[in-house]
Amino acid sequence: MSAIVDKFFFYLTRTIALGILLIVAWIFVELFNNSLDSIQAFGFDFITEDKWAPNLEKFGALPAIYGSVISTFLAMLLAIPLAIGVAIFLSELAPAKLKTPFGVSIELLAAIPSVIYGMWGLFYFVPIIRDAFGGVGISMLTAGIVLSIMILPFIAAVTRDAMNTTPDILKESAYALGGTKWDVIKDIVIPYAKAGIIGSFILALGRAIGETMAVTFVMGNVHRISADLTQPATSIPVTLANEFNEADSGLYYSSLFELSLLLLVISFTIISIAKFYFLRRKRIGA
Amino acid sequence: MTHTQKRIVVNNVVMVLSALSALVGMGFLFWILGVLVLNGIDALNWAIFVNEGAPPGYEESGLKHAMIGQLYIVGVATFFGVPLGILAGTYLSEYGQKAKLAEIIRDISDIMMSAPSIVIGAFVYAIIVAPMGHFSGWAGSVALTIIMLPIILRTTDDMLNLVPSTLREAAFALGAPKYKVIIQIVYRGAKAGILTGVLLGVARVAGETAPLLFTSFNDNFLNTDMMEPMASLTVTMYNYATSPYEDWQKLGWAAAFILSMFILGLNIIGRIFLLKKRGK
Repeated sequence: MSAIVDKFFFYLTRTIALGILLIVAWIFVELFNNSLDSIQAFGFDFITEDKWAPNLEKFGALPAIYGSVISTFLAMLLAIPLAIGVAIFLSELAPAKLKTPFGVSIELLAAIPSVIYGMWGLFYFVPIIRDAFGGVGISMLTAGIVLSIMILPFIAAVTRDAMNTTPDILKESAYALGGTKWDVIKDIVIPYAKAGIIGSFILALGRAIGETMAVTFVMGNVHRISADLTQPATSIPVTLANEFNEADSGLYYSSLFELSLLLLVISFTIISIAKFYFLRRKRIGA
Repeated sequence: MTHTQKRIVVNNVVMVLSALSALVGMGFLFWILGVLVLNGIDALNWAIFVNEGAPPGYEESGLKHAMIGQLYIVGVATFFGVPLGILAGTYLSEYGQKAKLAEIIRDISDIMMSAPSIVIGAFVYAIIVAPMGHFSGWAGSVALTIIMLPIILRTTDDMLNLVPSTLREAAFALGAPKYKVIIQIVYRGAKAGILTGVLLGVARVAGETAPLLFTSFNDNFLNTDMMEPMASLTVTMYNYATSPYEDWQKLGWAAAFILSMFILGLNIIGRIFLLKKRGK
């Protein structure tokens, strides 16, 4: 009897674990199947065409791809230096009494839902951009900044964790040689934790590019490529969030599914690079 | 200036810059938190908890429908996601261990944890909403379950791994079959850790908005039929905040406040469990 239950428990857990792989494969297949109409209609032009005109049944994803890339790039550009500063402060500079409360509050801020960052952006940040640059305030720049604030706690927390893996004995040796704090950080901590730090940046990039709610409020969903960052723009997730419930034709739906597939493939690739190339090495080295 | 002096000056400059960036970063984050708390408390009143949605301009509009809808959607997702995640994590830690298959499942789950949630919404739309012909609470729950699964799976895997193998060996030596060892020894040893994982997993999906936009959709009134579209705090918050009506925006802040307190509460409780365990 016991042997049967034992076998049953084994197969039960195994089936469910395998089910996870099945679900992931199913997601790819289902999104691909639903994109077929659009893939057949537009082929490769889908990602090079800059016209997105549902009324003409013409769908080009370039503005959304452009918006995703630029807003994420802006966000990383702003968030990374700040996050490194915060991480250095948390791991090396802050007095021991402050480390825990500061560290925990950063982690708690990373847990706040992104929709709230978006709401704050809409009510408090859009007016600032509007006053500073004119226009409506809803723009690529606003989206980039709100996104950077949203991912800041995440990057800071993981960068700090990576920096904290440096063995104390290495740091102490450097201090004993007369190194200043900055010497120790630049010559010991950062080289030691390099793979982990870069990996966490790329992981954050993977997350930022798929982030929907923090940017949907403040980007405007305008399918136009403009070099002027203070103009409204769109990104892949913003287009999906705004248009999925409005799509009224098969081809429209199919194009939105192709956008989803594109987004999934992009973030899967970025996260895999972070995980397999950088974060794995850290695990072996640690 | 000697070389040493130069190093000290550079050091001081960098330290000031670091402290400044910490200040700026924390400043922004506490600005958001402050806005959330002030607007939230300002908008809170008893009516919010007892009334349902109303057209803009009506005094008595509330969020009862959204809170109950949220509890349904997240509750059902938890009901399915937690046991499935724990069992799958059990396979990885107790049976799969370092085998290739287990490693692949771990890697894929790690990637899924950071994958865009809106894509999960599109997937669930394709498999549930489109065939059914309408949005439903079930579809929302399924989307959240898919997002929750890898989180629970990975924390369970990690937490079970922390249980010393001598405990397992002692139980095996007494003649216990493997499933009994797992259920009575390993689970018991990892209880606090698993509970933390569950709390953090629930907190994570409770704040998800994007995957609900085109699965559970929204409803302005109380609905407890999972087959029908259902309101959630997150989608309600999105709709109200983007509306032009001031009283709706106010309700949006109230929803944001209630939801954030719930999520922060879960996070804090989860951390306390983990600390207690470490303290022992």
